[in-house]
Amino acid sequence: MASPHADASQIKRPYKAPPPVIEPGHTFESVTGKITSIVLTKYQPVAWIVTTLIAFMFLNLLLVSVGYLFVKGIGIWGNNVPVGWAFDIINFVWWIGIGHAGTLISAILLLLKQQWRTSINRFAEAMTLFAVACALMFPLIHTGRPWLAAYWLLPYPNSMNVWPQFRSPLIWDVFAVSTYGTVSALFWFTGLIPDLATMRDRAKHRITRMIYGALALGWRGSARHWQRYENAYLLLAGMSTPLVLSVHTVVSFDFSIGIVPGWHTTIFPPYFVAGAIYAGFAMVLTLAIPLRRMYGFEDFITMRHLENMAKVTLVTGLIVFYGYMTEVFFAYYSANQYEKYMIINRMTGPYAWSYWALIFCNGVVPQTLWIKSLRTNTTWLFIMSLIVSVGMWLERFVIIVTSLHRDFLPSSWGMYYPTFWDFSTFFGTIGLFTTLMFLFVRVLPMISIFEVRTLLPQAKVEGAEGH
Amino acid sequence: MDFAAIRSRLAGAEGRLYWRSLSELSDTLEFREFLHREFPEQASEWNDPKGRRNFLKLMSASLALAGVGACTRQPPEAIVPYVRQPEEIVPGRPLFFASAIPLGGVARPVLVESHMGRPTKIEGNPEHPASLGATDAITQAAVLGLYDPDRAQTITYRGEVQPWGAFLTAMSSALGAQKASQGAGLRILTEPVTSPSLSELIATILQDFPKAQWHQYDPVGSDGLREGLRQATGAPATPVYHFDKAEVILSLESDFLGATDGSVRYTRDFADRRRVTDTAKQMNRLYVVESSPTLTGVKAEHRLPMRSAEIEGFARKLAAAVGTPVPTAVPGTPMPGGELVEKWTAALAADLQKHRGNSLVIAGEYQPAAVHALAHAMNQALGNIGTTVTYGPSIDPRPVNRHASLAELTTAMEAKQVQLLLILGNNPVYTAPADLKFGERLANVSLVVYHSLYRDETSELSHWNVPDTHPLETWGDPRAYDGTVTLMQPLIAPLYESHSAYEVLTTLTSQPTRKSLDIIKDYWTRAFSGAGGWSLKNAEGQPFASADAFWKQAVHDGFIRGTDTTGGGPATPFAPAPKAAAPAAAPAAAGTTAAAAATPAAAPASSPAAAPDAPSPAPLPEPPQTVGGLELIFRPDPNTWDGRFANNGWLQEAPKPLTKLTWDTAAWVSPRLADERGLDRGDVIELRYRGVTARMPVFIVPGQPDQSVTVFFGYGRRLAGRVGNASEESAAFNAFRLRTADAPWFGAGLEIVKTGDRYLLATTQDHHAMEGRNPARVATLSEYEKDPAIISHMGHTPPRTLTLFPHADLQYQYTAGHKWGMAIDLTACTGCGACVVACVAENNIPVVGKAEVDRNREMHWIRVDHYFTGDIDRPESMQAVHQPVPCMQCENAPCEIVCPVGATLHSSEGLNDMVYNRCVGTRYCSNNCPYKVRRFNFLLYQDWDTQSLYGQRNPDVTVRSRGVMEKCTYCVQRINHARIDAKKEDRLVRDGEIATACEAVCPAEAIVFGDLNDGNSRVARLKAQQRNYGVLEDLNTRPRTTYLASLRNPNPELEPPSGGRTTGH
Repeated sequence: MASPHADASQIKRPYKAPPPVIEPGHTFESVTGKITSIVLTKYQPVAWIVTTLIAFMFLNLLLVSVGYLFVKGIGIWGNNVPVGWAFDIINFVWWIGIGHAGTLISAILLLLKQQWRTSINRFAEAMTLFAVACALMFPLIHTGRPWLAAYWLLPYPNSMNVWPQFRSPLIWDVFAVSTYGTVSALFWFTGLIPDLATMRDRAKHRITRMIYGALALGWRGSARHWQRYENAYLLLAGMSTPLVLSVHTVVSFDFSIGIVPGWHTTIFPPYFVAGAIYAGFAMVLTLAIPLRRMYGFEDFITMRHLENMAKVTLVTGLIVFYGYMTEVFFAYYSANQYEKYMIINRMTGPYAWSYWALIFCNGVVPQTLWIKSLRTNTTWLFIMSLIVSVGMWLERFVIIVTSLHRDFLPSSWGMYYPTFWDFSTFFGTIGLFTTLMFLFVRVLPMISIFEVRTLLPQAKVEGAEGH
Repeated sequence: MDFAAIRSRLAGAEGRLYWRSLSELSDTLEFREFLHREFPEQASEWNDPKGRRNFLKLMSASLALAGVGACTRQPPEAIVPYVRQPEEIVPGRPLFFASAIPLGGVARPVLVESHMGRPTKIEGNPEHPASLGATDAITQAAVLGLYDPDRAQTITYRGEVQPWGAFLTAMSSALGAQKASQGAGLRILTEPVTSPSLSELIATILQDFPKAQWHQYDPVGSDGLREGLRQATGAPATPVYHFDKAEVILSLESDFLGATDGSVRYTRDFADRRRVTDTAKQMNRLYVVESSPTLTGVKAEHRLPMRSAEIEGFARKLAAAVGTPVPTAVPGTPMPGGELVEKWTAALAADLQKHRGNSLVIAGEYQPAAVHALAHAMNQALGNIGTTVTYGPSIDPRPVNRHASLAELTTAMEAKQVQLLLILGNNPVYTAPADLKFGERLANVSLVVYHSLYRDETSELSHWNVPDTHPLETWGDPRAYDGTVTLMQPLIAPLYESHSAYEVLTTLTSQPTRKSLDIIKDYWTRAFSGAGGWSLKNAEGQPFASADAFWKQAVHDGFIRGTDTTGGGPATPFAPAPKAAAPAAAPAAAGTTAAAAATPAAAPASSPAAAPDAPSPAPLPEPPQTVGGLELIFRPDPNTWDGRFANNGWLQEAPKPLTKLTWDTAAWVSPRLADERGLDRGDVIELRYRGVTARMPVFIVPGQPDQSVTVFFGYGRRLAGRVGNASEESAAFNAFRLRTADAPWFGAGLEIVKTGDRYLLATTQDHHAMEGRNPARVATLSEYEKDPAIISHMGHTPPRTLTLFPHADLQYQYTAGHKWGMAIDLTACTGCGACVVACVAENNIPVVGKAEVDRNREMHWIRVDHYFTGDIDRPESMQAVHQPVPCMQCENAPCEIVCPVGATLHSSEGLNDMVYNRCVGTRYCSNNCPYKVRRFNFLLYQDWDTQSLYGQRNPDVTVRSRGVMEKCTYCVQRINHARIDAKKEDRLVRDGEIATACEAVCPAEAIVFGDLNDGNSRVARLKAQQRNYGVLEDLNTRPRTTYLASLRNPNPELEPPSGGRTTGH
């Protein structure tokens, strides 16, 4: 571990080439050893224990909340008529959005041969999976009768010859999200196989060895394995790539197919996709910054990674902000009184605070990323990423609640107030997510060992293809 | 062990003493107890009423036996098929029986739907002149009152359950004591009575006990009307108004569309004069001068708000302008003044003069006699008497001032002159004016017998409590507002140990065990033979063949034809039954001439006991003096009335007109007064009035006079039941606490103080402005005459060709079979809300409670939207429009395409069907419904546990569970019934054969349902009108429910026609 732990920006560089994606001084052995040692040890940082315990507490809160929900019904939340959807769908869209960064990093950046992705793709993918798990819960538990919704939304042959209603965007959602979840899981697992084999080989305990061995599916690292692996991985990346665009497009259809003023706009698909990537990268930053600190991974997740992610956040943030401006323009240009009222109500109505908070979080704060010193300041990046997450949550709040609460007939206008159970369910899913994330960090290599090894200069020297 | 005692007992014994044990010998208390006991120690715990063990045991026993107990009241269960099919009973098909639901003694005629012996729904009696098929909201809710689990269930004496026999014994001994004094200590307090047989029964009692007194009290009755007409016409009379003949109507604070005995019929007649069609563009004109806004007031073309006390002054002014001699006013009568009043008086007088003979002045129920006399004088001067208003003989057998009558009773109670007091209904401990201290003085009465539906505030202070029968459980013959004798018949055997007022009163006579039916049938059998001055004719105007034929026809029809006061019906006689009354058990013989010959001796007026002079009319309440402070106005609550319906969940949850408030009451203040006092909705104020105080949450109501505060009865009930009991917070929201007997309806000198407390008021509509969207379109008649397209120009209707499926064969055109649709006439709708309660009753809609209403989760399938227009600082400019909103049954239904499981689909007849079984509850349909008519079961709102409510549910409608969306179906169960009938007869359903629950109940006939493919159907003809429009048609939803715009016919002198109107594109 001879590498200096200083920030990359402090190193004087005589040339204009981008900073390396791995700090100098590493060998194959040091990479493998460092990453596997976190898993193959009896000890874990105190911070891990504390965080996991807190997260686990919230996970239990989630179980209590969902249990109570199943016993009593949706009425424990604040949803009502006119606001039929609220925290449930806000949280669903929020989590799905967060998931997007993982797929983007692993699939699109792979295809674009962005080498810097290798040290963050593993846990970004894991984040995707866990976020999708949190998200998937909501479409199910938000229904009035989840025990029926669990299978009635699936097209299965039955004696009554009853099928789902394929015109409904909720059905498209079921397909989009379940496909996304499946492909993400496959992609993640496929990427894990060589590392699982490494873990198997390095594990000391017999049972650990057996578990990793079983999961490694007999990986021996032969050229044939590698060749098949590369093919499969590339294919999955190809499959995942359109999903990055399609999933959130379909999610946005949940709203844009509806006739509610504030939902019924054509800007939604691109605006939702950009928002999803934006939220996802913010979440990767939220996770990466403390993790690299906790496990001393500054060598692998360098400032270059953080800065790149910050740049993606800035770009997608600008697209999202453009979306907000377009909505206002649409309302004006449509000459439609309902649309006009909707935007005025967002800006000046009872929920105006949420709209202006959203503009602050997603419109103003990301602009700080134009400044290099802030973009490379981990503390600020961490704070900013949290603000962005809040902002993206608020965006869904604004879209869902403020659109619904005052739609067409003034007689039916109403207000929505969340209850304790709304919050407990939301924080509970954060608990679930964090628990899963920390368990993942504990039992699987959170950085792709074999891919990071290819980043080393040695890999380039020994053979053209590195393996 | 007391050996000394043993020794002394042995020593003192004579002869040889045998003893079982030393214990016995010592004769200790414990041993005596042991001997006395049949069972060992713990057994006698049963007799300790307070024992915890006992309590637990009773609890478990009652839980275990609860089901068994309920079973005994069910109809006997046949486990073999009928050997002989009972006539007319087809399982699954309801039967309808004519009956009546009285309120304040006056009948509301009804038809009751009965499913296998269970009354489930109430409809109006279409043949009865007081109903014409419609009812009000309160009557609709009566069926829930029947099954109310909190009803009084057993006869009790000082809290102990007693059999009916014990009550009879107690009464006979109490009466024995009264016999000697000729009943000097006997008092009977009843609600107003219009029933001839009950009147006779009371007269008979008073004959037997000449010194006994009969008091009548009605917290909501109109003493002013009674006194005013007596002053004006010299005799007690029953006025009947004929709005069908009136072109110009002036209401001096009369809420004739909302809260009078004849409102249902009046609404129909009034609306009939407003049905503007493309060919007949004529409508009546209504002026209302009133204080607190009423349904009548907001329906008016012109409404002039003023303090209630000033109405008399206004009436004087107007009478002078109309040319009526005006009696001199009592000094101090406040006279309204100002430019507006002068302008009104002139314009109004001119308009009334212009319509001599077809105008109508109607004085408010809650106005003093002087106003009624003035109204009468004006009608006389305008030649309206005999045309738009007729006076018949009084349906009140003994017209007395109710408050004076009650005051007299309390005075006697105070003086300990009352030994036996029979209270029939009324709950006087709660409803009596505070200054009469009824509850306190009740302690001076040695025996109080209280007969009521509930164990309420009065039950608590009464010795004997006898449960009353619900109107659906008993016989009766009350008269309707116009005097028509309306027969009540029981739809079900009493659910509990209840006895009717007849059975309780008859205990005071020489035949203490007669049944209600015997008493009533006996009366009418004699009446058939000529007693009482009744002339009984059948529908063709011919006399009946026999008493039996008459009785059968009357019970079948639910009323006795020709008994209305304008049609020759006599005043309700107040005469005792003849001594040789026909035996109750021989009704068949009563039709013979022999029986007839035996009875004509019943000359009513000659009987001494029946002295028709009621206690001399109590002095008129002094017109309230102008003193400082605000004016306090009392009104019955539109839903809970005087509190008697406080335990009715349907009525509690039905939004009250104008405020859309549910579950609570509020003091109404004007926006300006609220502004001055810094009051906001829900602020609790303390009302200080004549030395007493009450608290009320505030509701700001546009159109309320600035100097008046209106409070409503019916809340702050301590013992109403699980639904109606006031919380600790709302216990003080009791308007009766402020009421005094001398000024029952309004009085000056109110002080209001903001307490700083807040109270949650749950409303179903918070936003009362249209925001330029014109969901309810309003125009004046002249504007509409000039340009009938004005209505359609207020919105935008896309062409039918605007569709994503341009090929005609891909679009279902609904040309074959039926095509259901509905038209709602906003000109006719008064916003009474009867449709809401009718829909609840028909469609098993659950009650969700205040907290859920506050979260906007009420379940009503039809709602009445209400929009205010006008300048908030000029209360006279305030107008309101009501709009009932059921499901629009859109042809392009936005809800349908978004349901992921296809739980809401379109039928071939154009209904937007909801499949409860398939619904998983995503609520997307509700989000996407632009009319927000879908309702979601957020929690388990249906009461699965209360057994007594099972019987009420309509077996034709699914009882929805939690997690399921529901909505208006156009009463698809009724459509299907009619379709089955039609198919059996191989024909199409006829127009009018199906009436949805909301249509059937509507007193204004504002809602019309039918087949749009039948060009001659009423609904098709209405939809062809130029003022027909669809709400939010610009969304291309193609609603099947459309509206006919609300037209107003203002007087050009008071409202000059406006030049242009803002219209949509």
